[in-house]
Amino acid sequence: MRVLLVDDEEELVSALAERLSLRGIDVDWASTSYDALTQVESKTFDIAVLDVKMPKMSGLELKRRLQEKCPDMKFIFVTGHGSEDDFRAALSEAGTAYYLVKPLSIETLIDKMNQALKE
Amino acid sequence: MAEKGEEIATSDGALFVCLQTSEPSTWFGMSILRRLKPSFWDHGDTGKEPFKHLFNFRRIWKLTVALTAGVALSPVISMAIFDYNVTHDAMESEIVLRTSRLVSNSRRTVSFFLTERKAALDFIVHHQTLRTLNDPAALTELLAALQKAFTGFTDVGVIDASGRQRTYVGPFELTGKDYSDQAWFEEVLARGVYISDVFLGYRQLPHLVIAVKHELPDGSFYVLRATVDTKRFNDLLSGLQVDGGGDAFIVNQQGTIQTPTRWHGKVLEKMSLPVPGYSPETRVLQCKGVGGEPLVVGYAYIAETPFILMIVKHHNELMKPWYKTRKELFAFLAASITVVLLVILGVATYLVNKIHDADEKRVATLHHMEYSERMASIGRLAAGVAHEINNPLAIINEKAGLIHDIFTLKKEYAGDQKLIGLVESVQSSVERCGAVTRRLLSFARHMDVDVQPVNFRDLIEEVLGFLGKEAEYRGIKVNVEVWERIPTINSDRGKLQQILLNLVNNAFAAMTDGGHLDVTVYRRSTGAGFRRRTSSGSSSRFFPLRKQRGEPASAFPLRTALSVNSVAIYDLHRHATP
Repeated sequence: MRVLLVDDEEELVSALAERLSLRGIDVDWASTSYDALTQVESKTFDIAVLDVKMPKMSGLELKRRLQEKCPDMKFIFVTGHGSEDDFRAALSEAGTAYYLVKPLSIETLIDKMNQALKE
Repeated sequence: MAEKGEEIATSDGALFVCLQTSEPSTWFGMSILRRLKPSFWDHGDTGKEPFKHLFNFRRIWKLTVALTAGVALSPVISMAIFDYNVTHDAMESEIVLRTSRLVSNSRRTVSFFLTERKAALDFIVHHQTLRTLNDPAALTELLAALQKAFTGFTDVGVIDASGRQRTYVGPFELTGKDYSDQAWFEEVLARGVYISDVFLGYRQLPHLVIAVKHELPDGSFYVLRATVDTKRFNDLLSGLQVDGGGDAFIVNQQGTIQTPTRWHGKVLEKMSLPVPGYSPETRVLQCKGVGGEPLVVGYAYIAETPFILMIVKHHNELMKPWYKTRKELFAFLAASITVVLLVILGVATYLVNKIHDADEKRVATLHHMEYSERMASIGRLAAGVAHEINNPLAIINEKAGLIHDIFTLKKEYAGDQKLIGLVESVQSSVERCGAVTRRLLSFARHMDVDVQPVNFRDLIEEVLGFLGKEAEYRGIKVNVEVWERIPTINSDRGKLQQILLNLVNNAFAAMTDGGHLDVTVYRRSTGAGFRRRTSSGSSSRFFPLRKQRGEPASAFPLRTALSVNSVAIYDLHRHATP
């Protein structure tokens, strides 16, 4: 599977991408929503792991944009938890099964990605 | 061993959590006085200056009772005093009036008795010649006629101008007796008529004398003198019905008793009372007797005689009907005051209790709002802190994870167990920090209802995990019993956590060290919907437990109330979305 990781914390997203690569997963990452939108222009991804709270464009907005471009793409939300409203919005967008709170467990993330792809 | 129990029923087909605490030697007896004491009596002032007095319920109660009692009882007592005085004065007036009437009537009787006999003698001297009167036979006939017509005459005699008795008819031998040197003779010469005191005289028997002077055409004169038996005189007064244990008698103007009395001395002795002052009219006065007893004295001077008619009554005897009425009046007044006071006390207590209850609810609501605000602030703060910490924590986690992956997945680095151990230690610490931030986030999220499957046994174990250290320090043994048939329920885990935490906290607060706490979860089909029960049936039961330990009572019961409300909200939600 091809995975796109998007998080404004570059240190975090790069390390996570490398860890997934070590496990044989094809991963690209972006530190801004606009970078992510650019990347999907040239590549196809099966699943996107999005941070909910990002500057300029939130993960929820990015999800809507990505869905327009790639209707079959699956999404997993990751958050350090901003507010109750964010939490509820993310739940309504992604469902409880695809919502993870930082710090992540790599095994949990891989499990969720596999589940999402099976749907 | 004292025991306390609390139960919470969470929903229809209710699930009960029963906490039973037992302690060594704690028994709280309640005296009758404490039972009667209204709930607001020991209420501490919740207000702050300058409005503190508005919340002093004991003072409000006292003011209410005092003002209401003052307004209600003043007219009653005033009317009672007014009625007492009016009735008393009316009674006194009635006594005076009755006595005065009796004295007047008696005076007329005595006066008529004497005037009648004096008129009889006047008639004789004007109708009979001196010659006839000097004839003993004729005088005897006249005496017989007088005794028959008027009664009381015992003898009669004719005394010439020199004072010598010329003719005498009667039981004694008094013919030739010389009265010229006696005071009565001089008085009859001066006034033309004379009525004597009662005296013993030559015969040594009490009697009185009536004498009239008659002047003749030749300028000389003579005196007709008759003796009147005092028995007839006495009978005039002894037949009187004098109320109040009274006495009717006659004294002369020197205070010598002329007729028999019951209480005031013998005939011809000085009476025990002072001689009343002269008055041409009937008078009634009050004085003290020899023994200090109050007396009502009515008297009248009998004109042209030396006599004073006295009617003496015992005041206390006369007032006996009034004393009875007064007793009844006092009893009625006391009963009225008692009833009014009881009603006032009851109504004031009821109303102030209502105000107190309303104030309690107001304070609870304010605290609830304050608590909610505080919790919301804490929630926002917790969310912010968690968010800020989580990102760097996630970076540490991923970096450490990456190192770990490199050391485990790449063969060239594998085998350095020390480094792997260090990395795992970092990851473990990150996991612990993550658990803390998740708890903070969970806490923030639990401000609202979040329904999810809850296993009660796990929930209780989790809650007891929070308080395990306290139980250990205080030597409290905790036993948990969850029925096997308790299913997993859909509820707000956080709210249930709060409820259980508060219940267990409450139980710990009420217990002394070394106690035993049983937590039992069972299911009962009541069909009654949400219901909360305590052993006392009162939601304010939580207050005294904390107060006894010297802690502020505000936060704890409100936290419990909030939790219970939360379950109620969930319960409504459940019924709305089956």
